[in-house]
Amino acid sequence: MDSRQKEIDSLKDYKYGFSTDIENTKAPKGLNEDVIKFISNIKKEPQWMLDFRLKAFERFKQLKEPDWQKPKYPKIDYQDLYYYSAPKSMKDKPKSLDDLDPKLLETYKKLGIPLQEQARLNGIAVDAVFDSVSVATTFKEELTKQGIIFCSMSEAIQKHPELVKKYLGSVIPTTDHFFATLNSAVFTDGSFVYIPENVKCPMELSTYFRINASETGQFERTLIIADKGSYVSYLEGCTAPMRDENQLHAANVELIALDDAEIKYSTVQNWYPGDKDGKGGIYNFVTKRGLCKGINSKISWTQVETGSAITWKYPSCILKGDNSVGEFYSIAITNNHQKADTGTKMIHLGKNTKSKIISKGISAGKSDMMYRGLVDISSKADNSRNFTQCDSLLMGNKCGAHTIPYIKNKNLKSNIEHEATTSKISDEQLYYCNQRGLNQEEAVSLIVNGFCKEVLQQLPMEFAVEAQKLVGISLEGSVG
Amino acid sequence: MQNELKLNFDKIISLNNFSDSQKKIKQENFNNYFEKGLPNKRNEDWKFSDINQIISKNFDNLNFIVDQKKIFEEKDFPLNFEHNKISFVDGKLYDFDFKYEAKDKILVDQNLDLDDTINQNTLLNLNSAFLTSVSKITIKKGYNVKKPLILFNYLSDGLKSSAINSRVDINLEDDSSLCVVSFLNENSEKNFINFRQKIKIGENSILKNYSLDPNTSENIKYLNKDINLSKNSHLEYFILSEGSKFIKQDINCNLDDEYGSISLNGIINLENEKHHEIKTVINHKKENCKSYQLIKSVLNDKSKGIYQGKIFVSPEAQKTDGYQLSRALLLNESVEFNAKPELEIYADDVKCSHGSTSGNIDENSIFYLMSRGLSYSESKKLLTNGFLNEVIEKISNEDVKKLVKKLSGINV
Repeated sequence: MDSRQKEIDSLKDYKYGFSTDIENTKAPKGLNEDVIKFISNIKKEPQWMLDFRLKAFERFKQLKEPDWQKPKYPKIDYQDLYYYSAPKSMKDKPKSLDDLDPKLLETYKKLGIPLQEQARLNGIAVDAVFDSVSVATTFKEELTKQGIIFCSMSEAIQKHPELVKKYLGSVIPTTDHFFATLNSAVFTDGSFVYIPENVKCPMELSTYFRINASETGQFERTLIIADKGSYVSYLEGCTAPMRDENQLHAANVELIALDDAEIKYSTVQNWYPGDKDGKGGIYNFVTKRGLCKGINSKISWTQVETGSAITWKYPSCILKGDNSVGEFYSIAITNNHQKADTGTKMIHLGKNTKSKIISKGISAGKSDMMYRGLVDISSKADNSRNFTQCDSLLMGNKCGAHTIPYIKNKNLKSNIEHEATTSKISDEQLYYCNQRGLNQEEAVSLIVNGFCKEVLQQLPMEFAVEAQKLVGISLEGSVG
Repeated sequence: MQNELKLNFDKIISLNNFSDSQKKIKQENFNNYFEKGLPNKRNEDWKFSDINQIISKNFDNLNFIVDQKKIFEEKDFPLNFEHNKISFVDGKLYDFDFKYEAKDKILVDQNLDLDDTINQNTLLNLNSAFLTSVSKITIKKGYNVKKPLILFNYLSDGLKSSAINSRVDINLEDDSSLCVVSFLNENSEKNFINFRQKIKIGENSILKNYSLDPNTSENIKYLNKDINLSKNSHLEYFILSEGSKFIKQDINCNLDDEYGSISLNGIINLENEKHHEIKTVINHKKENCKSYQLIKSVLNDKSKGIYQGKIFVSPEAQKTDGYQLSRALLLNESVEFNAKPELEIYADDVKCSHGSTSGNIDENSIFYLMSRGLSYSESKKLLTNGFLNEVIEKISNEDVKKLVKKLSGINV
């Protein structure tokens, strides 16, 4: 057995599927005002934050769960969930990493996310979120020197209330759709990033999300503000233990780019996808929205979606500032019984706005994959352009691949182009690779990587390697 | 409007001699419609054209009972080629003439065979509930109809605020062929037309169907077509969508057996405040079928054009070849074009793709033409005509092609 085969074997099973036995503080089960007050209280939040939550909860009570999506799931009992779960040792927040519960450090070491700064060579600042709370943020000092704020949401609410108050809910208002509103009411933690004027963030910022406790929903909230002329690249990674139950993950991510600012947001999502028969796994119902508020601003989403039982999300860009640019690069892979309904929304409001969508979907096994996207050019968005390309690859005849773009154009000076193809790996391609000594699986991995190349190139170096491996692993055993 | 609707329905039941089973089906259809009402934009299929709103905006009250005129003077129509014809007045069969064809090979009759399953589309419920007869055209096995058949749809003078429900079924038996041109009536009064067609194409048969709506009218129209293709059959479908104030053509094609093929092309050419929609569903059910769609739109003034197209490929339909292209030219700042090209695919050995573009005329091309002495508007006209002509050139019947060019004024 060669080393590559060994590596594949060791990775074949979901390697992040362990759970950490750690004592938890949980909010009482269920969803009501008391629970929201409990969350707000335990986090020692100011009154305005509690008001924000309660307002969202008021609204939530009037909303109905949407059911238009393609992947159907059994009804979720929102009263049967824990909305807050935190390792007990986090109650008195440790001052430094040395005070952190060794079990937590161990967990992150297993996940390959070393929190000790000295262990880091590649210089990525990490904010690690464990269930409902942020456990550690690295490289804080170095970032502070440049005036960059990178901390947990709870800390930001305490220390930078003026920024949070101004921007929280400005892109995803408390009156948004069902899951976003639920998140506004019960969100527990997440990352907060502020890049001051004309600062180019010197390192990649990253958040690592981990669901550990059972029967818990994870509701984190991320807010990234790039002030005038600044630049930030942000990475997000996710894993969860293997469990038979389905767990809900309903996060909100808000990005705001002011004049000439650029935000690059990359996700490698590898939540537990459920077992081979489709039992268990995460419901990933995330709301991600970026606002290009200033002129010449740019927001770029890159996502590699390989995990989750159901992925249902549409990272969007609202191109409000003139000359702003929105980009969306996505690879979504579904295998076994996984289902995905994902895509993007590009809303052109400002003049000379441009957007580009490259989506690659691969479905194998008995999975179902859907690209659903909206391009909307308003009547004031003169000289706007959109280009969309969605390609799907099918492996086997028990899976499905679907494309539903919504294209709305109200401006005569603007152009929209959309193209989509669906195909399979042709026998000729496989034959060519086999002939040159690659076995079936290597050949498939090579072809799929080629298929995804356009998107993989967009990822920061460290992620690109991991993502490439992930693409190979996710499709193990789906051919032949 | 609800109460009067009920009165209208009771009246239509009492005036006609329906059998018990017909009454039962009609009542069920009516109940479903009465409960749910017209589709609105919350319904995914009607997202871009809210018919509920359009109807209530245009009509205070709709009259559902239309008496058929005994004598109707058919208007002259500029057709300079030999043709067969069937004419309908106010949605009911009026007259037919097959002087160029062999006897007993084409049957035209009327009955009232309603589907006993209740459709979820409430407009079809409405159609079934108020229908008094279904016109049926049958082409016998092995017969190739020599001349094009023209279906004229007239509305009698002075008819207004009426809802006209009509249905025509066409059945092509095996090894036959037919070329049908259906003209949508021209009438300046405002009516709501709910027109349904069910077409069956037998094995090795060919149907060419051209649906033309060339004349300006105030009518609100909904056209629903269900087309089933058998083994090795071919459908050529063409839409000219120009005249009506509002029209939605809802075309469902089912490739029920192997080696079927469809070529579906359309033009939406609008001005003023017209609002037109073409919605197509191509259902690939079996192996080795092909479908090709090309829809081009030119939008002027304050018009609104919509194209919703779907290619569905079921798991058995391996070796499917599906293609769909929608292109739109926006010529005024108040126009709107919406597209929703869909692919829903469950088989892996397929070739399916779609493309959609929308935008303005290329200024470089205008410059090129103007530098050769054409005025701005002439250049624009030439370019849009050239743009639309590509679709017209796909019409395989030369007589019809000439007619379409004449009616649409597109001449290159």
